[in-house]
Amino acid sequence: MSNPKNEWPLWEVFVRSKAGLDHKHCGSLHAADAPMAIQMARDVYTRRQEGTSIWVVRSEQIVASDPTEKGSLFDPADDKVYRHPTFYELPDELNHM
Amino acid sequence: MDAKLNYVLRLADTCLIHSQRLSEWAGHAPVLEEDLALSNIALDLLGQARALLTYAGQIEGAGRDEDQLAFLREERDYRNIVLVELPNAAASPSDGSGGRDFALTTVRNAAVALWLELLCGRLQASADIELAGIAAKSLKEVRYHRQHASDWVVRLGDGTAESQARMQAALNVLWPYVNELFAAEGVDGVGPAWSELEAEWRARWATLMQEATLTLPRDSAMQPRGIDGIHSEHMGHLLATMQHLQRAYPGGVW
Repeated sequence: MSNPKNEWPLWEVFVRSKAGLDHKHCGSLHAADAPMAIQMARDVYTRRQEGTSIWVVRSEQIVASDPTEKGSLFDPADDKVYRHPTFYELPDELNHM
Repeated sequence: MDAKLNYVLRLADTCLIHSQRLSEWAGHAPVLEEDLALSNIALDLLGQARALLTYAGQIEGAGRDEDQLAFLREERDYRNIVLVELPNAAASPSDGSGGRDFALTTVRNAAVALWLELLCGRLQASADIELAGIAAKSLKEVRYHRQHASDWVVRLGDGTAESQARMQAALNVLWPYVNELFAAEGVDGVGPAWSELEAEWRARWATLMQEATLTLPRDSAMQPRGIDGIHSEHMGHLLATMQHLQRAYPGGVW
């Protein structure tokens, strides 16, 4: 195996498929710097007309939530049905809301 | 040979043979990302060659299609510049490189892409509508090829002592063959003499070399004539590989 210290840094790639839509995470790649990462992303992830715009960001710059805190972060939302609009009954006149 | 047919074939064959050499990198590039980039470029060039060869077949009017022109001609009938038929490495394959030198491929890609960019730029205004259309479509592709290859030239030229030495060595090997980029005569109503591209090509190349901290070799008096069908000793081997399937199984299709 090659020494990881000699490898190019990892980049996360986000591609927008057409104007008006969000950039979606589509994968990662290695590149020496930002301009190269954009070119590599173009060649790796948009060969089949997948994109109209590319974002890249160094993987190490992404701050992620801690999986072990999943319970305290997300479970409390489970029983808050009143946070969904469907919880509220609407008058008949507003059928098309 | 008809002058117009000759003009189109020179460009078509240069794209075709350049693509064939580049495709030898598939699965062997230094990193996966660049492997895909080189394959993409090779496929773009093949697409350009297909359009041009199809058109050449129509001009010829002998009923030959792109496949027959690509796979069933003899060496002397190919009109590509010698630069693109040279192997991917100057050194012998016994050096452990597998016969592929990334520096040489990078310098060649940058040189040819810049030339194609200038030529397609002129040809998209050609009075020949068919050729103008092919050139306009190709221009977007070769612009990216030039950008991608030039970035590598600068990275590796202005890189480590090792990478700079390798790039300089590659440049020195290829430089005499660059002369042929400006050798073909023009055809009225079709396309310009390639010599019309020379001043701009050399100016932009000099800028790139400066940025890449590479030294331009002394100009060579060598005048390769691949465009007249006079090829290097490497061309026969390339064709043997490229034509093998059609020669062994005539008319074979996917």
